[in-house]
Amino acid sequence: MKLSGWGRYPVLEARVYRPRSMDALRDLVLSEPNLIARGNGRAYGDSAINTSATIETSYLNRMIDFNPASGQLVAEAGVLLGDIITAFLPRGWFPMVTPGTKFVTLGGAIAADVHGKNHHKDGSFRSCVDWVDVMGPDGAVRRCSPYDDAALFDRTLGGMGLTGINLRAAIRLRSVETAWIRQTTIAAPNLKAAMATFETAQDATYSVAWIDCLGTGTNLGRSLVMLGEHAVRADLSPQKAQTPFRIKAKRKLSVPIDFPAFALNSLTVRAFNALYYWAGARKTGTQLVDWDSYFYPLDAILGWNRIYGRKGFAQFQCALPLDRSEAGLTALLAEIATAGSGSFLAVLKRFGKQDSAFSFPMEGYTLALDFPAMQKTLALLERLDQITIAHGGRFYLAKDSRMSAATLSASDTRAADFHAHRDSHGYTSRFRSAQSERLDL
Amino acid sequence: MTKPPVLILGARSDIGKAVAHKFATLGHPIQLAARNASALEADKTDMELRYGVSVSLHEFDALTTAMHEAFVAGLPELPRIAVCAVGLMGQQAENERDVAEAVRVMRSNYEGPASILALLANRFEEHGSGTLVGISSVAGDRGRATNYVYGSAKAGFTAFLSGLRNRLAKRGIHVVTVLPGFVATQMTEGMDLPAKLTAEPSEVADAIARAVERKKDVIYVRTIWRLIMLIIRNIPERIFKRMKV
Repeated sequence: MKLSGWGRYPVLEARVYRPRSMDALRDLVLSEPNLIARGNGRAYGDSAINTSATIETSYLNRMIDFNPASGQLVAEAGVLLGDIITAFLPRGWFPMVTPGTKFVTLGGAIAADVHGKNHHKDGSFRSCVDWVDVMGPDGAVRRCSPYDDAALFDRTLGGMGLTGINLRAAIRLRSVETAWIRQTTIAAPNLKAAMATFETAQDATYSVAWIDCLGTGTNLGRSLVMLGEHAVRADLSPQKAQTPFRIKAKRKLSVPIDFPAFALNSLTVRAFNALYYWAGARKTGTQLVDWDSYFYPLDAILGWNRIYGRKGFAQFQCALPLDRSEAGLTALLAEIATAGSGSFLAVLKRFGKQDSAFSFPMEGYTLALDFPAMQKTLALLERLDQITIAHGGRFYLAKDSRMSAATLSASDTRAADFHAHRDSHGYTSRFRSAQSERLDL
Repeated sequence: MTKPPVLILGARSDIGKAVAHKFATLGHPIQLAARNASALEADKTDMELRYGVSVSLHEFDALTTAMHEAFVAGLPELPRIAVCAVGLMGQQAENERDVAEAVRVMRSNYEGPASILALLANRFEEHGSGTLVGISSVAGDRGRATNYVYGSAKAGFTAFLSGLRNRLAKRGIHVVTVLPGFVATQMTEGMDLPAKLTAEPSEVADAIARAVERKKDVIYVRTIWRLIMLIIRNIPERIFKRMKV
């Protein structure tokens, strides 16, 4: 069947299996020449596509155990973060680390070692993972943790499913008093101000900025920085405090059709960005926001990836080291503004420390943008790659769909070690994705 | 308010599991019945963790009709809603060659399901309330060369459900006939099904819960199927017999 990532680019013809049991899965691992696991298909590009055998884990999605004393949940890889929230938020628990969509699986979150708005404080997904069960090329299952088989653990977190099939994991949830977030919005007129805001807000649990990537001159990098804290019961109105975990059910919007290509052009995007900034700038201050709107604003619009039309879109996300962030971001934003190919969803975030074999984050700043997949923008993305490399940065594989192997090796010296490790453990021939082949991982 | 138990027959099937999850979400205790029920231990734990409802496992073989009475008597509590997701598609080519295999398909889709629902219907009747849900198939709407053995058994089951509904309507017992159309399940894996006509098991489950709540009689899961089958049923036989459908 035709398969693509969330960006709907590229689209590949792939054979898909949905095993119902561990035995069926093992049979596939042993009989297929090579394969890759796929969770809920939220990686943007071709990370979870193997044209000869893509193994969907949608039927390996059971919760196995929960310890209310420690908040440790043991579950199979196909469980969605959204399922975990549905089951455990009413009991006072929330994921320790969550990306911008709740429609990711546990196995996928581990493979991409996803990060959230609290990376500067709590690190990547890895920091809530106690152990992972991984099925290797021989069909045997190994349990790895920071203490046991740490070499496997280190490369499975962020390893894009290239160390084996993530089967089960134990993760720690965060205890929360309510389902609400106290959000503070700060308007930053330019990049320098936005970065200064992040630096002074290091103690905030959550921080993220929406950045207007079409601002130029003195407006370059103008942003709305949003800080957040889990609200405690006392923060809620007496009425809400009665049922602190209940939020109003949302109307689900969905994008029923592919937008025509002309719907997103530099004019509409420029208008949207300007409006968004001024609307946000008028509403600065602190307000209570429910968890779903705060963490997953785009999840409310099912199929939002269709606004980019049938050809799909390409994401760009890089991380820059702290000392070169300002120079790098300035160069990137200037290049984007000159090209006039803005994006609705440009996000800037301060990363904290990260120490991993192959995970994406590094201490510094990360910038994420998306562009319709057209010749013109693909050329722009190549230029953004070069600027990133020149400033010592690297790229997020969960979002990549078009980078070259040379770009990867120039941006990330760890790729060679990762590849060598794969070779020496017999992973390279067995666990492959369209992306790993493109990037020669 | 405690909700009444829901019995799922054929609980190891993808649709059976999805229906179990749906009713568990709504707070109903769940009785899972299937062959080799102990294989559902992990699903039981999963549902109990997710929804905080109690889940029990019950050995049940639709084809061993002599044991159906004992099976119903052995349930910890009489369910108020019973959903039958038992079925077997088989291979049409094999069904044409091998009579024994064809009979197994017929019994799995008609005799077994009808037998257990007949017994439950009588118990519900004594009790004066209850809902029976039978998952039949659009294949039963008209026999086609590609799957008429399966289709004929489903046709029988559809007629059985219709008769049961007619008999019990005055007694406060509701019968729902579900005609899912294509569903992406283990049964159809590897078949090249058109995406727009193919439902996920969870859609079938949502449709069933809605039909139970609103007392619908016959439901198609994706409404397009109502139109498709209307057309297929109305093609004159003279033309239909030459068609490849």
